[in-house]
Amino acid sequence: MSPREQWIAFATLMVKEIRRFTRIWQQTLLPPAITIALYFVIFGTLIGPRIGSMSGFSYMEFVVPGLIMLAVITNSFGNVVSSFFGSKFAGNIEELLVSPTPNYIILSGYVLGGVTRGLTVGFIVTLLSLFFTQLHIQHFGVTIAVVILTSILFSLAGLINAVFAKNFDDISIIPTFVLTPLTYLGGVFYSVSLLPEFWQKVSLLNPVLYMVNAFRYGLLGVSDIAVSTAFLMLSLMIAGLFFFAMYLLKNGKNLRS
Amino acid sequence: MNDDLPALSIKGLTKAYGNGFQALKGVDLDVMPGEFFALLGPNGAGKSTIIGIISSLVRKTTGSVAVFGQDIDKDFARAKKNVGVVPQEFNFNQFEKVFDIVVTQAGYYGLPRKMAEQRAEKYLRRLDLWDKQDQRSRMLSGGMKRRLMIARALVHEPRLLILDEPTAGVDIELRRSLWDFLREINAQGTTIILTTHYLEEAESLCRRIAIIDQGAITQNTTTRELLAQLDKEVFVIDSQEALTVCPQLAGYAVELIGSHSFEVVVEKGQSLNDLFAPLTEQGIRVTSLRNKANRLEELFLSMVNGGSEQQETTALKEPVK
Repeated sequence: MSPREQWIAFATLMVKEIRRFTRIWQQTLLPPAITIALYFVIFGTLIGPRIGSMSGFSYMEFVVPGLIMLAVITNSFGNVVSSFFGSKFAGNIEELLVSPTPNYIILSGYVLGGVTRGLTVGFIVTLLSLFFTQLHIQHFGVTIAVVILTSILFSLAGLINAVFAKNFDDISIIPTFVLTPLTYLGGVFYSVSLLPEFWQKVSLLNPVLYMVNAFRYGLLGVSDIAVSTAFLMLSLMIAGLFFFAMYLLKNGKNLRS
Repeated sequence: MNDDLPALSIKGLTKAYGNGFQALKGVDLDVMPGEFFALLGPNGAGKSTIIGIISSLVRKTTGSVAVFGQDIDKDFARAKKNVGVVPQEFNFNQFEKVFDIVVTQAGYYGLPRKMAEQRAEKYLRRLDLWDKQDQRSRMLSGGMKRRLMIARALVHEPRLLILDEPTAGVDIELRRSLWDFLREINAQGTTIILTTHYLEEAESLCRRIAIIDQGAITQNTTTRELLAQLDKEVFVIDSQEALTVCPQLAGYAVELIGSHSFEVVVEKGQSLNDLFAPLTEQGIRVTSLRNKANRLEELFLSMVNGGSEQQETTALKEPVK
């Protein structure tokens, strides 16, 4: 395919993916907005004042970046895993597989769909947070870069999960037993400096910790870890998952018999 | 592009699945440009595996496949652009609109949006689906869904169209209209390969037929030559009068099969004309005459089963006119 044809195939897939989640906005955009708004009410307004300050900020201010990242991570992952697995389950992934569309375009199209949903939900949640607190972005570039890279990373992870999944249980196991513990223990609700030293070191194995802290640095200017380390970790993980996803598509794992 | 090159060239194609099942055992097949070609075989013979390999949904074990001279491994994109596949199972998104399904497929082949929309309209109109363009595909009838898959496969205007059981489960009227449509696009230059279990379909549409059995091609010849191998046919004759005894026809095997019907075996070299005078003499007035089974089906069954099984009736039986 010529570069122009590849661009058309990419745009077609991306638009289809965006149309999919906007068409069912009651399932894709509304629930995370309600859930995160409840977090704001409960942890920020009701319990937060009793907790006091954290890293020099009110608990509400502290928890907002973590909750935005929580929404971005779960929605980026969820969009790709459900869309790709749904296509595989219904058989319409074959529309793409029989076409001359290269694998990297297929991967990019699905990932961009996931990123768009992650960022859309992130934006909605950010707007909702303004009802509860004020945001003064300290490092705009870092904030945007971290949220985009995180969204790419979890969209890639969602696609890999979908490739391996053979039934609908398989696409809920990873979010329930891996993603949720990692995000909840990744510094969304607390600073890891509160943990005993041993658990602080264990927390460094959690990739979500780097993203949440880098994002918090962008918004508040504070972080438990070096931002450069966070970017390095994010880049390495994206590269690793990208090549793994390409390998799976090239070999047709669970896609071609 | 060189028109002397086969539309499809398969050499030494084998496929072994992970469980050890050998689905293809060295298939060689050439289909020339402009042909209307049938690939026949019993369930599990390897037809869908061949189609899967051509469309890249199945990975071959060994061998090569080229479409209009372009190897599917070495020149993946150009080979795929020349192929349109209509699968046996409905595999489109049931929640998408008819028009969007076709336009999206065009996008995957790199067609600009405007051209994609024009092509979608062209093929949806030709397949009588234009008034359903805004309907979600799950709302379509079975026959409409099958036509939608054909429109989707044609939207990038492939030079080779492969249809896997295209008329399975569709009513007679629709089947006939699909045949007319396929004849039309074949006449316009599209090479067509179809698999079917309606053998009347293959006999009616295809100039050349290959029979595949247990992963190997056992016959690959013209429909005419294949039918010439048929050494006998069984006809069912209906009588106006009730029959109490089996009619006597010298030189023919006759069997009474109902109060008004009997079967006659006509061997190669015998004439149907010779049946009527003795029947008239016996006071039997013939109201209709038809093949018990499609001619090709009789031959097919004898080839794949060694003639040991009972002949089955085809889905469509029509009186001889």
